Amino acid sequence: MTKRDLIDEIVRLYPAYSRRDAEVIVNSVFESMTEALCRGDRIEIRGFGSFVVKQRLAREGRNPKTGDLVAVASKRVPFFKVGKELKQRVDLGYDLEQDESDSSQI
Amino acid sequence: MTKAEIVERIYERVGFSKKEAAEVVESIFEVIKARLEQGEKVKVSGFGNFVINEKRPRKGRNPQTGDEIVITGRRVLSFKPSQVLKRTINVEGA
Repeated sequence: MTKRDLIDEIVRLYPAYSRRDAEVIVNSVFESMTEALCRGDRIEIRGFGSFVVKQRLAREGRNPKTGDLVAVASKRVPFFKVGKELKQRVDLGYDLEQDESDSSQI
Repeated sequence: MTKAEIVERIYERVGFSKKEAAEVVESIFEVIKARLEQGEKVKVSGFGNFVINEKRPRKGRNPQTGDEIVITGRRVLSFKPSQVLKRTINVEGA
């Protein structure tokens, strides 16, 4: 699923909204999340998961091709931790498929 | 930041009622969760991809007793931030 599919799905669920409305809403959700991460804020979406920004210190790395030492600047990296509910739902989907393939082999 | 703050933002920008905005935001996350549950990847350009990885069963040990145990196969979700997000976080944070 892409962002476009997500927008289509919202239009289908809310026929009263124009596609433009749905686009603005979906984009606003991710823009506000991006802005929060830029501020260094933690984002917590119940039932989905949380996003945090971690600071990586500057370090010396190597160019893997030439082996030369290069300075890697410190940077901020976003991390996602899946929430309990979603974690279970994702894994349950897998269990159900496993059961189906088991029974089809009999 | 919580879902309520995202809702606030949409309410300000789109001019929906707070109730409407809350409902749509809830739906957006629900649609994403439903797809992930099906084992489908969800790609949000400019933000990142939510991908499903299948883990095979493997042997592990109970760290407390040292007993060998089988860790069952499972499906896990991971998030790969987009280049755009990684760059934005670093530029605006500077």
